[in-house]
Amino acid sequence: MLLAPTYFESDLIADAPAQEQSARHADAAPLARGAPERQGVPVSISALRKSYGAREVLRGIDLQLKPGEFVAIVGRSGCGKSTLLRALAGLEQADSGSIAMGEGKADLRIMFQEARLLPWKPVLENVALGLPHALNAAAAALSTVGLGERADDWPAALSGGQKQRVALARALVHQPQVLLLDEPLGALDALTRIEMQQLIESLWLSRGFTAVLVTHDVAEAVALADRVLLIEDGAIALDLAIDLPRPRAAARGNGDNAAAFAALEQRILSHVLRAHA
Amino acid sequence: MAAANTGAQRTRGSVFSSTFASSLAPWILPAALLLLWEVSARAGWLSTRVLPEPWSVARAFWTLAASGELWTHLGTSLWRAGSGFAVGAGAGLALGLLTGSFRRAETLLDTTLQMIRNIPALALIPLVILWFGIDETAKLFLLAVGVFFPVYLNTFHGIRSTDPGLIEMARSYGVSGWPLYRDVILPGALPSILVGVRFSLGLVWVLLIVAETISAQAGIGYMTMNAREFLQTDVVLVGILLYALLGKLADLASRAMEKHFLRWNPAYR
Repeated sequence: MLLAPTYFESDLIADAPAQEQSARHADAAPLARGAPERQGVPVSISALRKSYGAREVLRGIDLQLKPGEFVAIVGRSGCGKSTLLRALAGLEQADSGSIAMGEGKADLRIMFQEARLLPWKPVLENVALGLPHALNAAAAALSTVGLGERADDWPAALSGGQKQRVALARALVHQPQVLLLDEPLGALDALTRIEMQQLIESLWLSRGFTAVLVTHDVAEAVALADRVLLIEDGAIALDLAIDLPRPRAAARGNGDNAAAFAALEQRILSHVLRAHA
Repeated sequence: MAAANTGAQRTRGSVFSSTFASSLAPWILPAALLLLWEVSARAGWLSTRVLPEPWSVARAFWTLAASGELWTHLGTSLWRAGSGFAVGAGAGLALGLLTGSFRRAETLLDTTLQMIRNIPALALIPLVILWFGIDETAKLFLLAVGVFFPVYLNTFHGIRSTDPGLIEMARSYGVSGWPLYRDVILPGALPSILVGVRFSLGLVWVLLIVAETISAQAGIGYMTMNAREFLQTDVVLVGILLYALLGKLADLASRAMEKHFLRWNPAYR
């Protein structure tokens, strides 16, 4: 819906200034291979505003994320959660306010709702996108998501869930300090979703990047995040810490957890519904 | 035991005959028509002025091939088609990439090109003869102009219809400039570009026939026109069949190109 509205206004192959920084980081990334996993960085958003015409989508968002924190953003469609994420990714220019990550510039990657694999490149080359000399790292990342044997297949031969796992591997090769997830599981079936949630949680636990997940699935937010933010009409309406033991994506139906889980989910849902009653 | 055996044989036999029949089926009608043609020519229902019998067409083909005349004409025609296609399609590709990729180039060039596009290439013949006379340049020019537009339009459209989501993704993964063009925009435009190439390959023979009948000293068109003067209907038919064959070969070549370049796309496998 907000896909690249600026794309036809400028030449197709001209660089956007926001992209140059990530290109530089991509060149530096292969050096980091073999080094200990990079830790997440803090993210600080203050007074972020964005409007499309007369419609104000973000009305002064203030948000502090600790390094390595997993934050989920929920809300109804059109509440501005995706715009916030795209602003974080530098895909959307905010009208005012500021975003700071780590010291200076952080290495940031985004996973989209669609896998956005290049159909004309085999799976392995898709994972190595932006890092053409890192085929070994790409193969390792592909094994991490359990698709090591599909390296030479065309993306068209993969299922929806497998495509998203390839997209996850592609993001991980870059060893991001911040991983943004824009409803990446929205189009998957229920079982595949749970598998993907477990995979994302375990990778986040082992690698420690800062993660921001946008979703409309409250259960998914509770399963994955340290903190769930509810956005309503462009402002943060609820900021709820989720204090359940990890790993939880796999064990959310178990014993005591289940009750706490359901209570948290209910609390967020009732907030969403009350706001619109 | 014996019954099972014959059953298996019968199945194998029917599978064999069904694949054999289905590969043969498309040729039943042409073969029947050929037979009808031969029979009616022999029976005298068809005058050789109208249509010579297939056998004499085959004989004419053999005579022309044996004397080497056929190959000279064929070579000349192939050279014309090839060079006209290379110039026209090359220019179409280059300009299509330019106007597709750069706003300013589009503003500057596209309106003009769209105006020229509406002039049929063949309507230019009188002017082309005045400009270049009746030698090779005139033919090359006609072919190049005719072939240019399908390639140009499809390249432009292909570049513009590359999935913006993929471009956005690639940029956010640090791909920009030439690698972005090579790995994302160009492959995205390729299916459309190949449609243009295929269309142009079909068109080039049509234009060649007209160009070679203007005035030529060699080529299949010349051979055919010459034979008409001498009422050699069999040679005329050889020429027509050669055009059909060349058109089919061009189509096969462009299909092979699609199969190779678009092998990632399940629709072309």
